[in-house]
Amino acid sequence: MPSLKDVCRYVRSKNAGPFWVTVDLFFDGAENYAKYHDDPAISADAIAAVYGVDAALVRRFPVASLSMVKISYPRATPQGGVHERDMHSGQQFVPLLELSLR
Amino acid sequence: MTAEEEPCVRVLVPAGVLGWGVSADEIAAGLALAPHAIAVDAGSTDSGPAYLATGRSKYGRQSIKRDLSLLMDARRRAGIPLLIGSCGTSGCDMAVDQTLEIAMEVAREQGDVLRIAVIYSEQSLADLKARNAGGLVTPLPPAGPLSDESLEACNHIVALLGPEPYMAAVAAGADIVFGGRTTDTAVLAAIPLMRGAGVAAAWHGAKIAECGGLCTINPTSPGVMMSIEREGFTIEPLAPQNRCTPETVSAHMLYENSDPFRLAEPGGVLDVTDAQYCAIDERRVRVTGSRWETRPYTMKLEGAGGGPFQTIMLVGIEDPAVLEDVDRFLARMERGLRDRLTRTLRNEAAMIDLSLRPYGWNAVSGRPAGGAAPPREIGLMLVATAPTQAMATEAARVCNPLFFHFPVREGTEIPSYAFPFSPAEIERGQVFEFHLNHVVHTTSPFELVRTRWIDVSAAPGKAASA
Repeated sequence: MPSLKDVCRYVRSKNAGPFWVTVDLFFDGAENYAKYHDDPAISADAIAAVYGVDAALVRRFPVASLSMVKISYPRATPQGGVHERDMHSGQQFVPLLELSLR
Repeated sequence: MTAEEEPCVRVLVPAGVLGWGVSADEIAAGLALAPHAIAVDAGSTDSGPAYLATGRSKYGRQSIKRDLSLLMDARRRAGIPLLIGSCGTSGCDMAVDQTLEIAMEVAREQGDVLRIAVIYSEQSLADLKARNAGGLVTPLPPAGPLSDESLEACNHIVALLGPEPYMAAVAAGADIVFGGRTTDTAVLAAIPLMRGAGVAAAWHGAKIAECGGLCTINPTSPGVMMSIEREGFTIEPLAPQNRCTPETVSAHMLYENSDPFRLAEPGGVLDVTDAQYCAIDERRVRVTGSRWETRPYTMKLEGAGGGPFQTIMLVGIEDPAVLEDVDRFLARMERGLRDRLTRTLRNEAAMIDLSLRPYGWNAVSGRPAGGAAPPREIGLMLVATAPTQAMATEAARVCNPLFFHFPVREGTEIPSYAFPFSPAEIERGQVFEFHLNHVVHTTSPFELVRTRWIDVSAAPGKAASA
């Protein structure tokens, strides 16, 4: 079973406005995209569990032309509050790297 | 169809943001392509709520002045309008005025003669409360309905401008337009829309160009040119050695967008689901197939205000006896600090929020790092948050003896960890917070907008340069 980092050439996260985080999974080639872009480990439910957010609010966009999947989810608290640790949400992709794929 | 019959409106976009550092060589290369306007964004909420809450610019005065000097000089030589959106990072009135003040200084230095339009979009609390009460404000996910309390918590509230006030200002003779908070795309799309280019092409081109060189293979090269026609647009870098490829251009729709296909703007939605990205040559990409859906006019609201205050302390720990079980050490330290706060500050202690963040262990994520090998060292940050700066600093000072000398095991000698500063505590200032994630419905793009005109004539003794 590969982990997500084995089948992606680049994974990144970034704030998308003060209330959302967006994660881009760039698969390493069309073949990996075809095989893994719908994997249960990166479903809306699974992503919601990783980040502790409501699955109904997780948005998922496969972009076949770029062999990538974009996943967006609302921040637990708006950007910049008392307990902010990652202003740009730029490190939020890290927990996804080790997800085991089918 | 011939190329001559198609409108083709060229906009020179010198950088993703004013103050980033435009390039004189790139501007010269861009002017050689005979653009109809120069347009650049100058703001964002990207760096957090402090800029809107305080009205302070993210970029320094000298960075902004340098870029403005080059752009105002280019504008005068080319005789084309210069449009700058979201002035001073937040685009609130005081941020716009700070940018204007720098521009007036540049105009004096350059002996410029010009007509300036200043478009303000900061909103009054009373007016927004009335509009909200009238059902004209609606939430965006994940927000709920807007409350008066949320509005009152803001120091500044801005409504994001669409392109129409820029178009009207240029039509009325503005040489330079300084805009308040504006969607990144609107300031770039304004001149193409005004000159009859395709609506979807103008918005999509503007979205691709809004971060300047980020849509090229070399994002450190700041400028791009967008050429908007009726059915599509072409994008190319300003630097001759830089390139755009179908992949770098299409991938830019992903950047900082929660939805890569649909982008809500004032008065409509850009849909790029069926867009085609084709290389014209090695460095230019043509894009067709995007669509524009007209919607009732809305302006997005942004608001931020001040919260509690923070004082921080930092210490470095290399002692293996601590690092062999960081979590246990921190749990004991946190209990010790809490007890000491309660003993010393009594009732006030309940108002203090303490946060220990071990950099090198799990400070970034805050998630348990269980099972990880001991780190070689950690940098431990203590954040004390309180209703006033004085209380936050008092709390940090109460914590000081334990934070810098917490015993590895109970009953053992008192250690000293490596603290770098004296005094040890650092007053970080106020926490700022975003409060609005809503749109306001308007009957026209001008309803919430104020435009001010300034005619600049050459200072006595200074001739306007040719």
